[in-house]
Amino acid sequence: MVPVRGRLALARDGFRAYGLIAMMWVRSTMAYRASFALTTLGSFLGTGLDFVAVLLMFGHVERLGGFSLGEVAFLYGVAGSALGIGDLLMGTMGRVGLRVRDGTLDTLLVRPVPVLAQLAADQFALRRIGRITQGLAVLVYAVVQLDEVQWTPLKVLMVPMMLLSGGAIFAALFTMGGAFQFLAQDAAEVQSAFTFGGNALLQYPPTVFAKDLVRGVTFLLPLAFVNWIPVMYVLGRPYPLDVPEWFAFAPPVVAVGFWVVAGLLWRAGLRSYRSTGS
Amino acid sequence: MRWRLYALVAAGGFRRYATYRAATLAGVFTNTVFGFILAYTYTALWDQRPHLGGYELPQALAYVWIGQALLAAASLMGGGFETDLMERIRTGAIVTDLYRPADLQLWWLASDLGRGAFQLLGRGVVPMAVGSLAFELAVPTPWWRWPAFLGSVFLGLVVSFALRYLVALSAFWLLDGAGVTQVSWLAGMFFSGMLLPLNLFPGLLGEVARALPWSALLQVPADVYLGVRTGWDLLAAYAFQAGWAVALLTVGRTLQAAATRRVVVQGG
Repeated sequence: MVPVRGRLALARDGFRAYGLIAMMWVRSTMAYRASFALTTLGSFLGTGLDFVAVLLMFGHVERLGGFSLGEVAFLYGVAGSALGIGDLLMGTMGRVGLRVRDGTLDTLLVRPVPVLAQLAADQFALRRIGRITQGLAVLVYAVVQLDEVQWTPLKVLMVPMMLLSGGAIFAALFTMGGAFQFLAQDAAEVQSAFTFGGNALLQYPPTVFAKDLVRGVTFLLPLAFVNWIPVMYVLGRPYPLDVPEWFAFAPPVVAVGFWVVAGLLWRAGLRSYRSTGS
Repeated sequence: MRWRLYALVAAGGFRRYATYRAATLAGVFTNTVFGFILAYTYTALWDQRPHLGGYELPQALAYVWIGQALLAAASLMGGGFETDLMERIRTGAIVTDLYRPADLQLWWLASDLGRGAFQLLGRGVVPMAVGSLAFELAVPTPWWRWPAFLGSVFLGLVVSFALRYLVALSAFWLLDGAGVTQVSWLAGMFFSGMLLPLNLFPGLLGEVARALPWSALLQVPADVYLGVRTGWDLLAAYAFQAGWAVALLTVGRTLQAAATRRVVVQGG
């Protein structure tokens, strides 16, 4: 067992290494500024198309699942920004399988830096701020649209709380997806079903979906804490399931829970790794 | 003899993608998850506007699952031969390809059709079956609408190839095709009808979207499946797809000729 103090130092080293490697990639990206600007714009527009689809839907209906355009935009903005944060921080975990396959994971194992930090910062893609920006833009649009919400200081504080917790939840999901690739190298796409799929789900009101599905993402894989439950509190609307009111304030706790599971899975995955050798 | 070669290349494309079983399973899983999410949102939409876009709810739901079934096959989100070809252009390996006694465009077309055939079977059938178990989907009747649908899917795959071939050729001038790839991906997502059926697009935007080649990838095959286009209109649909296929393949040929005339391999 590593003593607590040693663990803290390890964690600090890990974050420091992550920062250094990420900065290196940012510098390398900035060598091609035009390309960076274009790909960031592409990322902004690409994720924006989802919202165009929502706008087109609202061209035909006043409400979707009983929710107005402003309310759906609010759900969309929170989920999209949270996914953007998670994607920026840990999105490159989708490359674990690739590294296992071509054998370059071994190089990371011999360096005196936590493997998770090296992998997460590998090819750090600053252009992903395009997605965060798009999510935040929709969020601002939603807040302007939502004139019926009574904003209290608590409700205002809940917005950054949701973004940070949601970002952490999605980052944990990316990490779990990375761990899964030790088991199935080619199955990187499974991760998308939970991360990008989770985002697609949370963009729409919970009333749209079957009760069992909502139960599943509330209690089994608690993605509902990214936005559904806290947003219902902000909007002053009932959640389709009977949940206690304090659930609305639980996202940080849920995020920590996600990271405990992600950490355990990551360790199990990394320990199970056997290099092909030569 | 010539056709045997292209048949072999197509079979190779099929087998290449069939090798990655875990990736195929992962893709099926992801397509199914997205299919469920979209199916619920479409249900909410059609509950409020029952005949939206001329579709009944079972037709709208079938549209969702056709989209998931064709996503990989018609490369609606990109992916396929174009990254390989661009890499060969960038590294200069394309020169050896140009020496081969086979046509460059036909070679890649055959290989991409092989890939498409595998992904239609490997990634299309299971999500469609799961979707039809979980939701009430419109089913083509009479039976001959199935082959009619497959014919339209085939033409869609050719149009998809022709579009991505142009994307790949852009590397002759740009070397780094990342930007063009991204633009073509955006256009494909939006104008194929993957986000929302094109008959829900309003006014002029809808008319333009339905006339662009991307609508041949998903909207047209889906409408053939759903029985929106029958009789003479079915022939018009085929003509629309074939017209775009021929036009885009011709542009590809012209561009290829121009590119190979000016090709200077890097470093010499």
